[in-house]
Amino acid sequence: MATIIIPTPLRKFTGNQSTFKVNDAGTISEAIHSLTDQYTDLKKHVIDEEGKIRSFVRLYLGDEDVSALDQKAETRIKESDVISIVPAIAGGKI
Amino acid sequence: MSDIKFSPEELSRYSRHIIIPEFNLEGQKKLKAAKVLVIGSGGLGSPLLLYLAAAGVGTIGIVDFDTIDDSNLQRQILFTTDDVGKLKASTAAERIKALNPFIQVNVHNTHLTSQNALEIIKDYDVVADGTDNFPTRYLVNDACVLLDKVNVYASIYRFEGQLSVFNLPLPDGRRGPNYRDLFPEPPPPGLVPSCAEGGVLGVLPGILGSLQAAEVIKVISKVGEPLSGKLFTIDVADFQTRTLKIHKQESTKIEKLIDYELFCGLKNENMSSEVKEITVGQLAEWIESGKDFQLIDVREPHEYEIAEIGGLLIPLAQVIENADKISQEKPVVIHCRSGVRSAKAIRELQELHGWDHLYNLKGGILAWADEIDQLVTKY
Repeated sequence: MATIIIPTPLRKFTGNQSTFKVNDAGTISEAIHSLTDQYTDLKKHVIDEEGKIRSFVRLYLGDEDVSALDQKAETRIKESDVISIVPAIAGGKI
Repeated sequence: MSDIKFSPEELSRYSRHIIIPEFNLEGQKKLKAAKVLVIGSGGLGSPLLLYLAAAGVGTIGIVDFDTIDDSNLQRQILFTTDDVGKLKASTAAERIKALNPFIQVNVHNTHLTSQNALEIIKDYDVVADGTDNFPTRYLVNDACVLLDKVNVYASIYRFEGQLSVFNLPLPDGRRGPNYRDLFPEPPPPGLVPSCAEGGVLGVLPGILGSLQAAEVIKVISKVGEPLSGKLFTIDVADFQTRTLKIHKQESTKIEKLIDYELFCGLKNENMSSEVKEITVGQLAEWIESGKDFQLIDVREPHEYEIAEIGGLLIPLAQVIENADKISQEKPVVIHCRSGVRSAKAIRELQELHGWDHLYNLKGGILAWADEIDQLVTKY
């Protein structure tokens, strides 16, 4: 099962879960959608109205930026893969 | 570098650097010749300033407008209990000059703004960003790009930290990625919780600020390989660390400084007319006169335990679903710690229900503690 790492600021939308196991390893996009289908409140923090990854969040497959991959979010993932959601954090006040 | 000289006292002080073969006297000379600007002298700035001063960085600038508060002492190790109420930048300067009298320290006791940032930053070689908010993060980044300065970046949240070196000169003459290549835009306000809601483990900025100091020293001395084009992330709760790639984005264009409060959505042209406000003084009068109104607190339950001024507790995230608990017969005052979350709650309720009887408590509980009741804990 591939794993998605949930960063601290978004864990309040996943019942404090720090990881999410993806059962059917398809593409990165499918994996993220299976996550946001389960935790619907999380969706707007990761994906915009057009289905694109939001500009204050980056997705990584291993150590590589998903947007730098040839197939981008349509890249197929393996069971051993780790997808990280990396959000912008400022460090304190807003 | 040949004109940089050391006294016997300095050579003795820096001897553990000088005997590192790849660092040696040349590395120490580069540190002494360097000018580093540390923006923010809080959690990240504390270890940064202490280590840069101890290491012998010749000129250190400190930018901070804030004063020292009790709630800072859990992580801002530059300061002591006796310093509460004093200005951070000048107190920090005294502390690091006492640590190393052989360095020059410049105090910039001011808010960094689009108006003064270029003027302040231009005289330094390297910038270390230890600020705590998105508008200043983007301001520092853009100013460094415009002035061709290296920006050593760290950021923290609860148990998680991020570190990178932005805008580093590369061998081919170009510059490494910057913050906007990583995050082109900030999250809208309220989406990422503030420190008051989120909190931070006190030692976390100690770890990240120390790593930041190491990167500053590497950039100056040209020893090792700075963390350019990479984002280091650490979660100390489960000790997960990652080093992720950052690529330059064709779309990133920085041509001038802008209004960063506007860019980060913290204000818009008609924001003040959107949300009606009440001052803490007016609220105290309402209470005194027995006026019939409802008070709502939109903070989290654990914050309510730290400090409260009354009111029905409905955390911001649950306001819309609990709108039936909000009176439509009488005026409603909504408050939080500083007034940011309560303004957001009012905006959401107004947009959804078209209400016009909601008032935001300006400055929140912090203002109440300052002006009305000093027994209320500031946090």
